[in-house]
Amino acid sequence: MTVRKWTRAEMAALVAADIPDGAVVNLGIGLPTLVANHLPAGREVVLHSENGVIGMGPAPQVGEEDYDLINAGKQPVTLLPGGSFFHHADSFAMMRGGHLDVCVLGAFQVAANGDLANWHTGAADAIPAVGGAMDLAIGAKKTYVMMEHTTKTGETKIVERCSYPLTGIGCVARVYSDLAVIDVTAAGLVVREMAEGLSFDALQALTGAALMEKRT
Amino acid sequence: MIDKQVASLADAVADVADGATVMIGGFGTAGLPNELVGALLEQGAKGLTVVNNNAGNGDTGLAALLAAGRVRKIVCSFPRQTDSHHFDALYRAGRIELELVPQGNLAERIRAAGAGIGGFFTPTGYGTELAKGKETREIGGRMYVFESPLHADVAFIKAERGDRWGNLTYRMTARNFGPVMAMAAKTTVATVHEVVALGSLDPEAVVTPGIFVQRIVKIDRVATSAGGFKA
Repeated sequence: MTVRKWTRAEMAALVAADIPDGAVVNLGIGLPTLVANHLPAGREVVLHSENGVIGMGPAPQVGEEDYDLINAGKQPVTLLPGGSFFHHADSFAMMRGGHLDVCVLGAFQVAANGDLANWHTGAADAIPAVGGAMDLAIGAKKTYVMMEHTTKTGETKIVERCSYPLTGIGCVARVYSDLAVIDVTAAGLVVREMAEGLSFDALQALTGAALMEKRT
Repeated sequence: MIDKQVASLADAVADVADGATVMIGGFGTAGLPNELVGALLEQGAKGLTVVNNNAGNGDTGLAALLAAGRVRKIVCSFPRQTDSHHFDALYRAGRIELELVPQGNLAERIRAAGAGIGGFFTPTGYGTELAKGKETREIGGRMYVFESPLHADVAFIKAERGDRWGNLTYRMTARNFGPVMAMAAKTTVATVHEVVALGSLDPEAVVTPGIFVQRIVKIDRVATSAGGFKA
């Protein structure tokens, strides 16, 4: 049986399905932004962006963009009824103070102990830029990571110990990859769900840290 | 009579000294006080330390100040952008010093300076490269890093409406760093799109009380341009 990897939209739908009604959520730049398009109907989820807006709505119609109303990716957004604006220190207080329920981030690497590396490759010529990544990683009640399971060159992104500079220590609760959904627990990495056609052994072979099957 | 209105952008930035620390509001292009930064470029101050979330977009505003070699050091959270070519070139040539600060720590360090706080312990960055050499402490079973306040000689911010006392309101996410930077600088200069009579701003809606603002300058409204992202 051939493995059918989850598409980016399917990954976003998997994350979205796990976000409960009433949750306040911050979606990181890139892949996590797609989650907003897949929130199940009838579920009221409040989106926060660190540049000072809560209650974000979808992208505006073409021609209606106002660049005084943007998200952390600097893309134009809209405000839903009930939404509000605040300054940066308050915005990060929402995060650091533990008021956000869920934060979804991209990653270069996630370690078996929940360490996250997503801000810098450490390459000599790379210009370091961190933005709100370190605040987000440790601030929300639950930090989820959304990423491809392996790099473009086939290297595993789930590792025993991160080799890239860390963003946060022991902060990741769950990883959504294009092959599996994996919980980071005190006992180790526990596989919750796998893509169609994938065996546990095949997944383990593509993963740089020991996995456990979910006991049901 | 108190009147913080200044006639021109040039007058508003005339006394910025060489070597000054200048806070520049804005996140992406929203709230970027490019008119004041342009006036500072004309004014000629050099050897500046600039505090901004980013490190310039395109070829105008902060990017132009960088390109002109006026900035010795930049304190920011996210210098690398698709249109930050002037910063990138200076950084790679070793011609600018970079102090990289996680965004929330940057905002809180600025707020701390404005609030008279001598520093604070934050969990952000603990165990990472950006906390290297900094004091750490365990508080309630969690590890924290000590961060110091970030003061400035002058802050440039973009607000929406203001009155002659310097009371300010903002527009949507252009608020971002404005309110905390206004508190942290010895002299805060705000551009506004509208100067209104004293008493006409709803006191319940004033975001920055005039006590934090020394000068206001009226500018024409120009729609904020896109910037800082891959379209």
